[in-house]
Amino acid sequence: MRAMVFASRNAKEMTRDPLNLFFGLAFPLALLVLFSAINSAIPPEANNPMFEPAKMAPGVAMFGTTFMALYSGMLLAKDRTSSFLSRLFTSPMRSSDFILGYTLPAVAFAATQAVGTFAVAAFLGLPISLKTLLAVVSLMPIALMFIGIGLLCGSAMNDKAVSGVCGALLCNVAGWLSGVWIPIDLIGGAFRSVCRALPFYHAAETARLAISGEFLGMIPHMLVVIAYSAVAYVAAVLVFRSRMHSDKA
Amino acid sequence: MHLIEPTSGSAFLLEASVTEEPQKVKQIINISPQETAVAPNLSVWENLIMMARIYGQDRKASALSADAMIKRFGLGDVLKKKSKALSGGMQRRLSIAMALISDPKILFLDEPTLGLDVLARRELWAAITALKGKTTIVLTTHYMEEVEALSDRIGIMNRGKLLATGTLEELLAQTGASNLEDAFVALVGGAA
Repeated sequence: MRAMVFASRNAKEMTRDPLNLFFGLAFPLALLVLFSAINSAIPPEANNPMFEPAKMAPGVAMFGTTFMALYSGMLLAKDRTSSFLSRLFTSPMRSSDFILGYTLPAVAFAATQAVGTFAVAAFLGLPISLKTLLAVVSLMPIALMFIGIGLLCGSAMNDKAVSGVCGALLCNVAGWLSGVWIPIDLIGGAFRSVCRALPFYHAAETARLAISGEFLGMIPHMLVVIAYSAVAYVAAVLVFRSRMHSDKA
Repeated sequence: MHLIEPTSGSAFLLEASVTEEPQKVKQIINISPQETAVAPNLSVWENLIMMARIYGQDRKASALSADAMIKRFGLGDVLKKKSKALSGGMQRRLSIAMALISDPKILFLDEPTLGLDVLARRELWAAITALKGKTTIVLTTHYMEEVEALSDRIGIMNRGKLLATGTLEELLAQTGASNLEDAFVALVGGAA
């Protein structure tokens, strides 16, 4: 129950921040509308499907989950530096209550954001079916990875450093190396190798294959994402627990 | 309390060991840290309810406890206001109300009046004085007049070592000083 009480508090902190709402909900939708406008401007004879809703919406939805690192990291860092966490460390809350309390609202936020992105994509021409729901679910492991990275940074850095690392740096790296904005196969070489070694491209591919109904093709990409998510999340839990039992909370 | 692990030994609060029975200790204490540690985007009411529920109170009990704290600390006018929008003095009051909502047996107040103006400080002193006889309060401060106004027993610490304990009269008699500030300087200066 304590985890749910804390999760409820964190959900309110996240959703009552106007910047969170803008970057979490409005920004991905604005991107989607922008790409739709670009798609409309491309003549059919160009035969370029890159900006079609079925291609673009999964990538934009994946990109939206990067902001979960920023939200969870900023919230934890602010709680640490304001002594709010010190107050709660003396309460009967256990480390699992804290971890769940920070994670659950961010997962709910990520799911809401993905649903919103696909709903707007539907208005722009994306067919909606059970595959869309699968795409939303397929994005949750990468969301969990970003939450883990956020908690890791929030445990170790102040809120200004978290905004730099999880905001400017991570969002850009995840965006550019996911193949959402630029086709990595066209560039090829080392860039493609780096993209394929990291989870962002695989997360976007998982959602795209879910939308197109290529379920078997999803599995290898999904496994890469789950492996990265497990490492990031376990590291976050270990660092948070060590902070909780040290004098550096 | 798990803010700092002891390097050796243990401490006992109402016979419960902080190393062997931390959960039992946590249930009987509460703290108000030096910084006003409140949830900034939650209202005064929501902050109080959250703390009550973290300490195990159900919805009905937490609402009753929050109501009692609102009345005791005069927070009725700012009930629905986000805590980040409160003045420094009101945030301190809320912080102490959040510490008291679990009805702790021992309350730790870390420099509760730091940065407050004279009026806000006097109001907070009155609130703390009203708690005497119901809750054991351990209050840390650098303000000697605060110690004189609020304390039954005083401990003088310097560089992590407890140099002397006693009532105000005992410390004055021990040092031959005429006021607490002189007694403090005599004790700390002598140890330096």
